[in-house]
Amino acid sequence: MQTARASRLSLALFTLLLSGCSNNNLKWYVVSPFTEQGQANLKFLIGGTKDTLLMSLLALVISIVVGLLIAIPGIARNRPLRSTNVIYVELVRAIPLLPLILWVYYGLPDIAGIQLDYFWAGVFALALSDSAFEAEIFRAGIQSIPRGQSEAARTVGLNYVQTMRYVVLPQAIRRILPALGNQFAYMVKMSALVSVIGLQELTRRANELIVTEYRALEIYTVLIVEYLIIILIIGQGVRWLERKMGSDEFNAGR
Amino acid sequence: MTTDTAVSMRQVNKWFGTFHVLKDIDLDVRHGERVVVCGPSGSGKSTLVRCINQLETHEKGSIEISGHSIIPGRRGRKAANLIRTEVGMVFQQFNLFPHLTVIQNLTLGPMKALGLTQSEADARAMDYLERVHIPEQAEKKPAQLSGGQQQRVAIARALCMEPRIMLFDEPTSALDPEMIAEVLDVMIELAEEGTTMIVVTHEMGFARKAADTMVFMDEGRIVEQDKPDTFFSSPKTPRCRQFLQQILQH
Ligand SMILES: Nc1ncnc2c1ncn2[C@@H]1O[C@H](COP(=O)(O)OP(=O)(O)OP(=O)(O)O)[C@@H](O)[C@H]1O
Ligand SMILES: [Mg+2]
Repeated sequence: MQTARASRLSLALFTLLLSGCSNNNLKWYVVSPFTEQGQANLKFLIGGTKDTLLMSLLALVISIVVGLLIAIPGIARNRPLRSTNVIYVELVRAIPLLPLILWVYYGLPDIAGIQLDYFWAGVFALALSDSAFEAEIFRAGIQSIPRGQSEAARTVGLNYVQTMRYVVLPQAIRRILPALGNQFAYMVKMSALVSVIGLQELTRRANELIVTEYRALEIYTVLIVEYLIIILIIGQGVRWLERKMGSDEFNAGR
Repeated sequence: MTTDTAVSMRQVNKWFGTFHVLKDIDLDVRHGERVVVCGPSGSGKSTLVRCINQLETHEKGSIEISGHSIIPGRRGRKAANLIRTEVGMVFQQFNLFPHLTVIQNLTLGPMKALGLTQSEADARAMDYLERVHIPEQAEKKPAQLSGGQQQRVAIARALCMEPRIMLFDEPTSALDPEMIAEVLDVMIELAEEGTTMIVVTHEMGFARKAADTMVFMDEGRIVEQDKPDTFFSSPKTPRCRQFLQQILQH
């Protein structure tokens, strides 16, 4: 009952938004796949997909590697080692992403003589910012594996690295896969901020097109739909991966 | 020190923080000997066997495994290598690797730690699965097996490393009653083959059948140590007598 009413209501609102347009004078033809102008505009907008995706993907891979390296001292018995983890996580997590992007792009050349281009400045800032969260996800994942697992690995002769690689991490990764998927979706959305330094990814292109077409609502709607599609695909991908790795079955079996 | 000695503990002491968990432990185990350790909960039985394979480190005293000593308080690489080749362990909670199949559970150690090839390790694993009577379960995941089957896989996994000493920490305590026998049978077969075994258990039927030596622990000390006959018929301390009465009633 409740949900049916809610969905009818939102459907009504949605139609109002899109078609109650006559009085708002919406001009969907600027992004219509059926007009020549619309096709050219869409092509321009969609052209940003590659940068958005590639940047997010690279940042994800880097932040996973860095996050894992930061997570390992976080589970050590040694207190100084553990505090390096805490300090990194607390500091990096506190840096807001937008200022970080600006700082990397405009600040690094002054302070270190390194001028990254738009793309790599974006990758660097996204990866750094995300690595603190990945580190926490990995730490929680590793700690969720019972101690008996690494003890058993030790009694069959595995050393620390082998224990991590063959016993603890494979189980931890199955458990944190949904969280990693979340983080990837979040990264794709946050990559929009890299538009401020000039990278022509999805959001930048939308803004540029609005300057010439003056149709903010239509173009931003397309932009949101673009992100929506990307993230839906990622979600399905992660689910597929979960099934393939048998995470659901594995987690249920415990 | 003769090479006949599998484990030799001298005045071993261990603390958890301020809690004195092992007190002046002296224990000698010959190769081929079967020792059963019993005692009330919290008396330090698990800690004792975990010190032998260095899952716990002791603070004072000496532990020698087949004549090689483990330095107190240090997890030296040498000690780790020694344990890897000499001592196998079976846990109360099985601790099988849930993401691997049964056969992968068995081959992981031999391949990664002993350097066996896949086919060598597979052959060895099938050998030991037959010894514990479940070769047909090789391709299953641990979660698909019963508790008794899982524990037998765990025993086979330890045997695959071909250790000279096998440690068992309450191997049947987590099992339903109808599965205890199948695990004990496997352990009795091992005992009959002359495997050196140190077994923490309250299964006194098993102890009577298989043990050469009974050890009774209380509050971190070895209070009694005797042949099973004398141990069961005439326990020396009141504490041990009381304990035996309690568990033999069930
Ligand atoms: N990691 C630890 N840190 C602190 N105390 C511990 C730790 N492990 C065990 N203990 C304590 O040491 C004592 C001995 O523990 P142990 O597990 O060796 O006893 P046990 O004889 O095996 O008992 P049970 O029959 O219950 O298994 C217990 O009081 C326990 O609470
Ligand atoms: Mg115990």
